[in-house]
Amino acid sequence: MKRKSISYAKWGYIFLIPFFVVYVIFSLVPLVQTFYYSFIDYTVSQGQAQSVRQATDVASNVIDNGFCGLANYKEVIVGDTPIFLSSLKNTMILWIIGFIPQIAVSLLLAVWFTDIRLKLKATGFFKTVIYLPNVIMASAFSLLFYNIFTRSGPFDSLFNMQILETASGSRVVVGLINFIMWYGNTTILLMASIMGIDTSLYESAQIDGANPTQTFWSITIPLIKPIFAYVVVTSMIGGLQMYDVPYLVGGTGGGPKTVLLTLVFQIQKGKNSNVSLVAALSVLIFIVSAILGFITLKIMKDDSVKTRYGKKKKKKA
Amino acid sequence: MAQLKKVLAGSFAVMMTATMMAGCGNSDSSSKSDAASNGGNTDSKAPDSQVESQEPAKTEDLVNTGKKYNIYVWNTEFKERFEQFYWDKRDTALWDGVEVNWITNTNEGGVYQTKLDEAIASQNSAAADDKMDMFLVEIDYAKKYVEADITLDVIGECGVSNDDMANQYAYTRQAMTDKAGKLKGVSWQACSGLFLYNANYAKEVLGTDDPEQVQAMISDWTKFEEVAAKMKEKGIAMVSGFDDTYRCFSNNVSAPWVTDGKITVDPQIKAWVDQTKDWTDKGYNNKTVLWDKAWDAGQKIDGKTFGYFYPSWGIPFCLLPRTLDTPTDKGGKEEVGNGGYGLWRACAGPQSYFWGGTWICGAYGSDNIAITRDIMLKLTCDTDIMAAICDKTQDCVNNKASLKKLSDGGYKNPFLGGQNVLNELAAAAEKVDLTNKLSAYDQGCNEEFQAAMHDYFLGNTATYEDALKAFKSKIETRYGDVKFDV
Repeated sequence: MKRKSISYAKWGYIFLIPFFVVYVIFSLVPLVQTFYYSFIDYTVSQGQAQSVRQATDVASNVIDNGFCGLANYKEVIVGDTPIFLSSLKNTMILWIIGFIPQIAVSLLLAVWFTDIRLKLKATGFFKTVIYLPNVIMASAFSLLFYNIFTRSGPFDSLFNMQILETASGSRVVVGLINFIMWYGNTTILLMASIMGIDTSLYESAQIDGANPTQTFWSITIPLIKPIFAYVVVTSMIGGLQMYDVPYLVGGTGGGPKTVLLTLVFQIQKGKNSNVSLVAALSVLIFIVSAILGFITLKIMKDDSVKTRYGKKKKKKA
Repeated sequence: MAQLKKVLAGSFAVMMTATMMAGCGNSDSSSKSDAASNGGNTDSKAPDSQVESQEPAKTEDLVNTGKKYNIYVWNTEFKERFEQFYWDKRDTALWDGVEVNWITNTNEGGVYQTKLDEAIASQNSAAADDKMDMFLVEIDYAKKYVEADITLDVIGECGVSNDDMANQYAYTRQAMTDKAGKLKGVSWQACSGLFLYNANYAKEVLGTDDPEQVQAMISDWTKFEEVAAKMKEKGIAMVSGFDDTYRCFSNNVSAPWVTDGKITVDPQIKAWVDQTKDWTDKGYNNKTVLWDKAWDAGQKIDGKTFGYFYPSWGIPFCLLPRTLDTPTDKGGKEEVGNGGYGLWRACAGPQSYFWGGTWICGAYGSDNIAITRDIMLKLTCDTDIMAAICDKTQDCVNNKASLKKLSDGGYKNPFLGGQNVLNELAAAAEKVDLTNKLSAYDQGCNEEFQAAMHDYFLGNTATYEDALKAFKSKIETRYGDVKFDV
């Protein structure tokens, strides 16, 4: 007897192979390697170049003292100069300065654009416009802002303020750049989730006499929580990896009082020489991202998440 | 003895040229001088460790099989010299079918070094035409590559002889000589420093713009400061920013930044910090940072800045383009009347120093070493070419004979209002001594130290110690094998 049906399942796996190959080579192996390096004492000397005339197993400019336990972690957390703590603080401050206006403005815009009563015209045009900053490269953006706010730049000429030379000023500028670059993206995401809400909910609420504030807090916010959580988590993880903007605004030195020296900035600084130290730093970023992700999901999680995708669809009260 | 050598050299030259032509049909137009040196040394039994008596590689032994000549650079400086002064004079036989390939990476933040190190790591495995043939190094990290075996011995492997390089300044060779006494790179520049000042402001405040009189007024730091106070009264900053005087101090240190893996802040460096803090508080500078926009702006003739510490390369690459009102790419001419052209003067300044300098190095594994030799000979040894570089670009060249020739020929620098600065530059270049001043980590140390101190100067960090702590943290992250000695 011939086969009744053909199994297509194997094709699924076959089509997945390219992804897994790429993932293993470019993500998994480096990840495991980073964990490995964080436990060994491994330094590349910047004071000498690699020998090309003598064949050796290890490059001649590498100092590898083997396994050293948690020494690297100790050094970055409680060492003489705990670069992990200082740069984590810098990173979080920069992220918060950018994220608070970003989420506020995005929510407002998303609600306006989707409001059934406002019926805004040309929303397509505005959506494109607010998304545009995200299309521009972060480096181009940073250089533009650097030139505006630098000493004897237009801002200085107008207000006689060299804000890039103060710690708080440079933080605000970096926050501003991140805000402008990302609020469009967040708006689009939030709009998509608001539009997923059944409009009959709003209509019935209005018939019951609810005002816009009430519908916003009682309908919109609870129902977009999953997407909201997603926005917070992705933004936070993106924020932890902040590097290009602070670097271009603050220069190699990391800005005034080194407040722009973010975690990834430290990694970039040390990656050519202090391999094991920055590997430990990378692992810590990994752990922090994971913890923050879990916490956020836990807070944001409630029944609406389950009902949205779960089998048992709760009756909407 | 010298006479005998010359005679011997001459006779060998003829023979060598003859054999070469017969050998491979490679008509080397410039073979006279090198063959001469080759021959001149054949009978001397030189110990390997002595540069002075080392035997140059034979010209016919130098490979030239590659079709692509890869040069690692960090800006267009060398490229401009190469195209303007070398290309027409190149040995066309050697360059037959070879194309030049520039690989440019910025110097800042150690990017160039990183890329160079990557190229070195793959030098052995790369395909012949992808191998690096030539790379440039700067004084701040020259030591690293001088001691590395990627760098070809200029005499023993590139075939440039001591006689060829007789006119170069001693310090340019000192910087490039490794522990074993082998010369690893050559330069076309002499980077002894000057103080370039704004003649209009000099006349206005000091009553004269005559370089000798001005020099007398600023011949040491105390006098320099007195003039700074006078400038301040007229609303003019003596120097642009924090880093301007840095090289005056950092080139006169008693020990390099890093010795045996330990960092020390030399008393001279500390003196720079104290002086700059004092000047910043007194308003003698415009609080700018090296290379930033405001620093550039002060170089306009009405830029409210009296002077800049620059070596000779500072004129063609920095001051001249920045002081012109109409840039040359917008149709502006390099002539009096266009901005500050002709309105700057130069004097030696309060403390002798040098700044920067680019050296040419050949790379081991290159398949065009004959070309490397040709470039080295033409750009760093040839008196006529180097005199042309100096005359046309105002870059002071590393060739005593060229400078003397120009100076004797009534050289006048139109940018400096007809002043002849060559004698001063030459005298200063003779004086440069690099003994125990360089380490392989200087670029990072200079960059991070200056950046850390800016906070102190601006008042962001209360004390010098706080700023030093930031420096320590940054430098220990950047260089894993260096510890701070405090």
